[in-house]
Amino acid sequence: MGKAGARTLVEKVWDEHVVRSAEGEPDLLYIDLHLLHEVTSPQAFDGLRLAGRRVRRPDLTLATEDHNVPTVDWDKPIADPVSRTQVETLRKNAEEFGVRLHPLGDIEQGIVHVVGPQLGLTQPGMTIVCGDSHTSTHGAFGAIAFGIGTSEVEHVLATQTLPQAKPKTMAVTVNGSLPEGVTAKDLVLTLITHAGTGGGQGYIVEYRGQAIRELSMEARMTVCNMSIEWGAKAGLIAPDETTFAYIEGRPEAPQGEDWDAAVAHWRTLVTDEDAEFDREIVLDASEMTPFVTWGTNPGQGAPLGASVPSPDEFEEPDDKVAAEKALAYMGLEAGTPLREVKVDTVFVGSCTNGRIEDLRVAAEVLKGRQVAPDTRLLVVPGSVRVRLQAEEEGLDAVFKEAGAEWRGAGCSMCLGMNPDQLAPGERSASTSNRNFEGRQGKGGRTHLVSVPVAAATAIRGTLSSPADLEPATAGAR
Amino acid sequence: MDKFTSHTGIGVPLRRSNVDTDQIIPAVYLKRVTRSGFEDGLFAAWRNDPDFVLNNPAYAAGSVLVAGPDFGTGSSREHAVWALQNYGFRAVISPRFADIFRGNSGKSGLVAAQVDEKVVQRIWAVLEENPGATVTVDLESQTVRAGEGVDAVEDSFDIDPYTRWRLLEGLDDIGITLGHDADIAAYEAERPRWKPVTQRA
Ligand code: SF4
Repeated sequence: MGKAGARTLVEKVWDEHVVRSAEGEPDLLYIDLHLLHEVTSPQAFDGLRLAGRRVRRPDLTLATEDHNVPTVDWDKPIADPVSRTQVETLRKNAEEFGVRLHPLGDIEQGIVHVVGPQLGLTQPGMTIVCGDSHTSTHGAFGAIAFGIGTSEVEHVLATQTLPQAKPKTMAVTVNGSLPEGVTAKDLVLTLITHAGTGGGQGYIVEYRGQAIRELSMEARMTVCNMSIEWGAKAGLIAPDETTFAYIEGRPEAPQGEDWDAAVAHWRTLVTDEDAEFDREIVLDASEMTPFVTWGTNPGQGAPLGASVPSPDEFEEPDDKVAAEKALAYMGLEAGTPLREVKVDTVFVGSCTNGRIEDLRVAAEVLKGRQVAPDTRLLVVPGSVRVRLQAEEEGLDAVFKEAGAEWRGAGCSMCLGMNPDQLAPGERSASTSNRNFEGRQGKGGRTHLVSVPVAAATAIRGTLSSPADLEPATAGAR
Repeated sequence: MDKFTSHTGIGVPLRRSNVDTDQIIPAVYLKRVTRSGFEDGLFAAWRNDPDFVLNNPAYAAGSVLVAGPDFGTGSSREHAVWALQNYGFRAVISPRFADIFRGNSGKSGLVAAQVDEKVVQRIWAVLEENPGATVTVDLESQTVRAGEGVDAVEDSFDIDPYTRWRLLEGLDDIGITLGHDADIAAYEAERPRWKPVTQRA
């Protein structure tokens, strides 16, 4: 038994936000930050208007345009009239309700989960919601952050609170260190295949252990981002010096005395030694290898060195059927080495892997090398700031010289709501988070991969890791 | 929101697990700014397949969807719930729902009834043997019923008590919360000053 009063990180943050609790009712939680984008907000604003309600705290609300925006010609009007309407609706709503908006063309525009941390708005111990399931990304800072639906968006706009039943807690402890060349993406893909897509259902997860502590903030965001892909409500990591160093000096970070007060509080946001979790998963990072998906959900993955599995390898009848359907959709033969799977398009970007660190890794692999003749490589920065930073570092030149397309900021091919889509039957290696049927375009086939695997795949034209590459040409920059 | 007490309608056996919200309604259908009209996008990719269950005339007017585990995973899009409702569904039965989908359903008045996996298997059997047969989802007694005679299925389902109460009463969540305005104001008065804001007065 844990010592009386010992609490997990999740419980501490939760308890700090309970506005009201009553027997038989969900807790009413205060929301510190509400992020909005154009797809899941129009009906919520409409609801407010119909009921004659206002936005209770515009000063805790931030909107950006990301899902629909084009990644080329972003200075021209959006060509698709329906996308344009959605974006214009957000602009009108932000204006009418006094919400700060970073529209296309603004220097702070970008994917909502890249923009929050970049501005320093994402801080430890907060509650953060957004009408987007990958809000879990912000958990990397020790915040309880989760995706909500449009009715809940309306609820938060009107009340700055949300009724929420307290979920169970789970620890995912990752011992050891990740081997060279193995990334946070491989770690989380391994975890999801291990736990199953429903494995986190009903839990808020705390990622801990040596391998997690050793991750950069960007890599921590990659892990927390994909919490939702195994069903967890949210995933968080206790804040530490890495976290504080990342936040300090950002535009919306606390300053002076406020900074000291904030950090003093943030240091208390750790799981007490005697606190107990409802469930624990333990993994060993030192055994992990580059990991890719072969199926149509993020739990259908295997080490890059393995072969496409046969449905017979699965014990559960459901898994067997799911594997059969997935292989048929993916156009894959059981037993084919994954390294021999030919890829048409490689996508580097998204809120999972579209940050500056990701682009640096991609550039390092691509430097002095060429994208394979029949392969297309799309590099899409997560935000305008990331794009500008990459250009300042000369990464764009590396991409272009390698034969890649260097694009503007947005969700892009992660979900194919803008023109960046796969054609039917086209196969991609993608650094995004979802390989669902048709996610990147109708009939498109997606393999989820890490950034180094994406870059190496673009060069060889088949699923590969940098270890498979010939040395870069001499005289390369 | 309309009250939901009990609903009896044609059951649709959807023999799939992990039905994610990208399958329920693909992203390209999300561009409307209203809550209606999403039925055209419901299961859009699968509906191209003539063998897909909703293309069978016996099931086309279905209003109770019976699906495998992990229904509604993936994207938070509430459009998935609206698409089901716009099409005519009043309830979904599954052994396990994704959290966000379950939450969205409760807000919009679609009943997400969680039952044992064996119950789903038995209802599937009933519906496939008798296409067009009805399923009853009774929120008052918290039971699902299907079939007749020896094959009849009747079992209880899980739904969180608070959501059940709200659905039975047809209550709007925001109205309830605004009733606690004093609590919210009291909480706000105590928030630390260093918490970030997106705009200053
Ligand atoms: S990048 Fe992809 S996962 Fe992330 S917010 Fe955009 S669409 Fe969603």
